[in-house]
Amino acid sequence: MAELYELTLSQARSALLSRECGAMELTRACCARLRATEDRLHACLSLLEEEALAQAKKLDESGPEAHRPLWGMPLMLKDNICLRGSPTTCASAMLRDFVPFYDAEAAARLKSAGAIILAKNNLDEFAMGSTTENSAFGRSANPWDLGKVPGGSSGGSAAAVSAGQAFGALGSDTGGSIRLPAALCGCVGLKPTYGRVSRFGLVAFGSSFDQIGPLARTVEDCARLFEVIAGPDPKDSTSARLDLYPEGLPEQNFVEAAQAGGRSPEESLKGLAVGLPKEFWEQEGLSPEVAQNCREALQVLERAGAELVPVDLPHQKYAVAAYYIMSSAEAGANLARFDGVRYGLRAKAAADLDSFFVSSRSRGFGPEVRRRIMLGAFVLSAGYYDAYYRKAAQIRRLLRDDFDRALSRCRLLAAPVATRTAWPFGFTENDPLAAYKMDLFTVTLNLAGLPGLALPVGLGAHSRLPVGLQLMGRPFDEAALLRAGAALERLVPPLGAPAALA
Amino acid sequence: MVNTGAGGWETVIGLEVHTQLNTRTKLFCRCPNVFGGEPNTRVCPVCAGMPGALPVINSQAVRLALRAGLAMGCSVNRSSLFSRKSYFYPDLPNGYQTSQWEPPICSGGRVALRSGGHELGVRINRLHLENDAGKCLHAGDGPSLVDLNRAGTPLIEIVSEPDLRGPEEAVDFMRHLRRLLVYLGVTDGNMEEGSMRCDVNISLRRAGTEVYGTRAEIKNLNSFNSIMGASRHEQERQREILEAGGEVLQETRHYDPDTGLTRSMRSKEEAPDYRYFPCPDLPPVVLDASLIEEIRAGLPEAPEARQKRFEDALGLNVEEAAMLVDSPGLADYFEAALRGGAGAKRVATLILGGLLPECARRGLDWTEAGFSPERMGHTALMVDEGRVSLRTARELWAELMDGGLEVEVLAERKGLLQVSDATALEEAAREAVEANPAEAAAYRAGKTKLLAFFVGQVMKATRGAGNPALVNELLKKYLEG
Repeated sequence: MAELYELTLSQARSALLSRECGAMELTRACCARLRATEDRLHACLSLLEEEALAQAKKLDESGPEAHRPLWGMPLMLKDNICLRGSPTTCASAMLRDFVPFYDAEAAARLKSAGAIILAKNNLDEFAMGSTTENSAFGRSANPWDLGKVPGGSSGGSAAAVSAGQAFGALGSDTGGSIRLPAALCGCVGLKPTYGRVSRFGLVAFGSSFDQIGPLARTVEDCARLFEVIAGPDPKDSTSARLDLYPEGLPEQNFVEAAQAGGRSPEESLKGLAVGLPKEFWEQEGLSPEVAQNCREALQVLERAGAELVPVDLPHQKYAVAAYYIMSSAEAGANLARFDGVRYGLRAKAAADLDSFFVSSRSRGFGPEVRRRIMLGAFVLSAGYYDAYYRKAAQIRRLLRDDFDRALSRCRLLAAPVATRTAWPFGFTENDPLAAYKMDLFTVTLNLAGLPGLALPVGLGAHSRLPVGLQLMGRPFDEAALLRAGAALERLVPPLGAPAALA
Repeated sequence: MVNTGAGGWETVIGLEVHTQLNTRTKLFCRCPNVFGGEPNTRVCPVCAGMPGALPVINSQAVRLALRAGLAMGCSVNRSSLFSRKSYFYPDLPNGYQTSQWEPPICSGGRVALRSGGHELGVRINRLHLENDAGKCLHAGDGPSLVDLNRAGTPLIEIVSEPDLRGPEEAVDFMRHLRRLLVYLGVTDGNMEEGSMRCDVNISLRRAGTEVYGTRAEIKNLNSFNSIMGASRHEQERQREILEAGGEVLQETRHYDPDTGLTRSMRSKEEAPDYRYFPCPDLPPVVLDASLIEEIRAGLPEAPEARQKRFEDALGLNVEEAAMLVDSPGLADYFEAALRGGAGAKRVATLILGGLLPECARRGLDWTEAGFSPERMGHTALMVDEGRVSLRTARELWAELMDGGLEVEVLAERKGLLQVSDATALEEAAREAVEANPAEAAAYRAGKTKLLAFFVGQVMKATRGAGNPALVNELLKKYLEG
């Protein structure tokens, strides 16, 4: 039999419910795997082993509860999701010692579903980056190649999940921060529709873009996590009230949809119209191995009966610019609260108020965060607002229109997650623009507020590193993504265990 | 109108009035909206700007803003937006204020008031919702402290057009707004606690010219005196500059009520760039037509209209009507008391001459006296019906308030019940005439003023309990008959 940590979340749940193993045993297996791999990966910023084991013990004493969908399940949280009583650093010196006295809504939902939170994961500082190299507490490594980045900003979560440190994790996706690391580390990541998951307790980066979503080793596992965290929250005014939605809301049983896809892939894919945005597939710089794996996946879909439809997203070429303008504008304001007055890093003596703020913030924030704050202040400055922010907001609207058009003909769209597989550390260090372009295929969806699922479609022929395909869908139609994703997952060969940890 | 105080110059003023709303909780969280308290005891992750906290709009605040806007004749924007106004200050927890920029919840209204004996119309540019900041406490040489109890308190900002001509009109406008907003239940109007404060935009121009002069903005004035003092000083300062051939700078100024002077805070060039942009945490405030109509229909009669009705239809004099309308809730109390059937004038007299003075003597607010409008109405009716005299009612007021006994019962126990019994009074009148034959003869000879003497005699005999009208009538019968 496989090691316990190698089970999928769904398998682990069966084992728990049938009492083949207990929560304690499962948690210990993850802790052991964590100790065996963490030196190499640095996927976690704080370990909550003691609390986790105590909770596992308590759960075991009362016995499995089938009505709690994550009962006894060891999971992790990206360290920008508040967990009551545990450090929540956002990988920033600014919040090195910050311990929230409240749970993020998503974390609270995991807990009440019976989950055990084992660790808080590394990330790019305040989720700004695509490599996890921008962490104030050291970079994370890719479990497939320790010399390469895991992607970002939820790099710690993706690396941990792929390595078997936990059965799943919650990340956040502002411009691709769940999908990119999932693709680069060879796991599955879901970026939900904007408004689907409460943002309460997620330390804000780009408030109109941010969504919390799951990372796990299979599509069904993602669906299980998603089903727990999805749903309206009165504490988040942007969380969607689906009961107020016009008629024709798509299927909302996510686990069932994923299971159906895996059980009968052909049936699930037959007649499914899958749009191929030419702006993605014809993108200059798309690496041949990524293109090849993704095209093979398309052929699998087609053979199973899906209909491939070429579509256009004419405003895609403006997406990266619009994204960085708007997300930086929001980030600048969101990060203004870190002023050293109430919590966080605080300058000691300062001559006056301004130098107090300047000194606290200059020491608290790393270079990438400072760059975005400055960019955000610039695009909102008097006289520049119309040229930048307003323009970007218009592009955002047009992009959503592009998607609405394409998705009126197709149930979902498919494209590579990134132009390439994982890249070496330091690759984008001196070229922020090159780093920003790593988000080329992912930011579009955040601008449009639509859901996207990244799943592995084999190892690149050249790099032998995971390649990810992205399925994009209609608003609140995550079920369609999960069903098709699970079907595809069933039809492509599995990646196996991460090579660098073998 | 030329403001003579400035001599050949016309003073032009517009106000930006910040008013704290009378809501149960803060604008974006559930912390209680109460003045004062132990520092930092009424805070939560939202109003303290903790990481990951998100705002949720208080619908009561939206309703109160609408109420104020509709009462000022504003048009309501069916969809309005919150924006972030960014600046750093220790008492501003998020590093931005969440305020409405474009569009605000209400725009384009007008209020009418009387000022200096003439009618004055002041156009309202806009009314918008925003949250208040906390407070910094600077204690001598020690560290400055921050109290966030006030942070997140809902405010409306009312921006007038520059339609005020001089400090007096500015103060009258502020008084008018305060009365209106208190009357509407929008605010408690407590200026000492900062519930209402305003910025004065003031400029001078040559009388008779059209173009506005360069204005200065005097920030954060929280009393009628300081509005008057600051405007007067600023008017003089600008006049001196202009008459010396200088130019007024566009700037923000601070007023020191102790010295009565304004001083420059920052010039136009130093004005901060607030980098407004739509707040991504709050969807637009979308208002149903039915909500707007419901609030419009629930608006009370405007205080001016009510005062006029009290004067014209109920026969009160200006002072009585104004006093009843000015004090929050008192006009409602008055009208409730009227339902007992007593005359309006009588009820007003008893409220203003009985209830209020007794409350003042005891240091109570009239609402704390526990004297129901029904009892007020009954007391007035007893006077109207001649069972007790007005004087008796006033004299018994303290006891009336202390106990549950009605005025006629109290009067009876004290033998002060007014005698309207014609037989008893007739006897007293006859005795008075017979006991004073000389005066009776003089009266009959034409010295009719002596009637008062006889009335006095009867009152003495009945210990003041005689119904004066009846006594007069009976005496005349005996003297003249």
